[in-house]
Amino acid sequence: MQITVNREPRKITGANLSTTLTELGFTSPAIATALNGVFVAAADRDTTTLRQNDKLEILSPMQGG
Amino acid sequence: MNFYGTEISSPLLMGTAQYPSPAVLVDAIKGSRTEIITVSLRRETASGQGDGFWNIVKSLGCHILPNTAGCHSAQEAITTAQMARDIFGTNWIKLEVIGHADSLQPDVFGLIEAAGVLAADGFQVFPYTTDDLIVGEKLVAAGCEILMPWGAPIGSGQGLRCPDALRAMRGHFPDIPLIIDAGIGRPSHAMQAMEWG
Repeated sequence: MQITVNREPRKITGANLSTTLTELGFTSPAIATALNGVFVAAADRDTTTLRQNDKLEILSPMQGG
Repeated sequence: MNFYGTEISSPLLMGTAQYPSPAVLVDAIKGSRTEIITVSLRRETASGQGDGFWNIVKSLGCHILPNTAGCHSAQEAITTAQMARDIFGTNWIKLEVIGHADSLQPDVFGLIEAAGVLAADGFQVFPYTTDDLIVGEKLVAAGCEILMPWGAPIGSGQGLRCPDALRAMRGHFPDIPLIIDAGIGRPSHAMQAMEWG
């Protein structure tokens, strides 16, 4: 199915958010996720399924003030 | 000083942006003896670019104050705060809800809304706000135990542009820690703020 990952279209086969992150190469533990604008805790990724046209945001630490 | 139950001895908070190199960042933060550093979040790439910075931050042993920089609505800031807590493992959040794209002036209405939601969810909110006393009162009523008024617009380096307003805040909120959050452009600006208490 096709979803949007950080505003870029991506095709995935993963059954849930955890497997999708691995499939897309996001293996760092220092990431946080939101699906369609709703926060998804790391502990809930295994049970969070994805649907066609979902919008996935993946954030990581960066410099800031 | 006491920030949400945590005793802090240094009145100086340090950002982690715009250093010429990671080594300079580390030297500056260690040299300042600050106990609190601010960090942000960005969209990650599959290469894990955020790992290196995060490892540096962890090595510094400071309290981490994540921000919601770049958020232009209350809901966006709430979601980003929740994501920050998931990564950094802290209830502290420097809450920014930007109302104007050029000046980065805070949207104080969205700020109050987001502060109330986050405080109810267990966050300890450090709100980036203006020097308006009534906005400050509403933020305190929403659960904020700290206020972060601007000295001047973000990144402008103009210093403490409205001294009378900041002094009025100090007098109006005698028991609330006030942290000047934006517009500090020179060490003397920071010193001036600290002299006012």
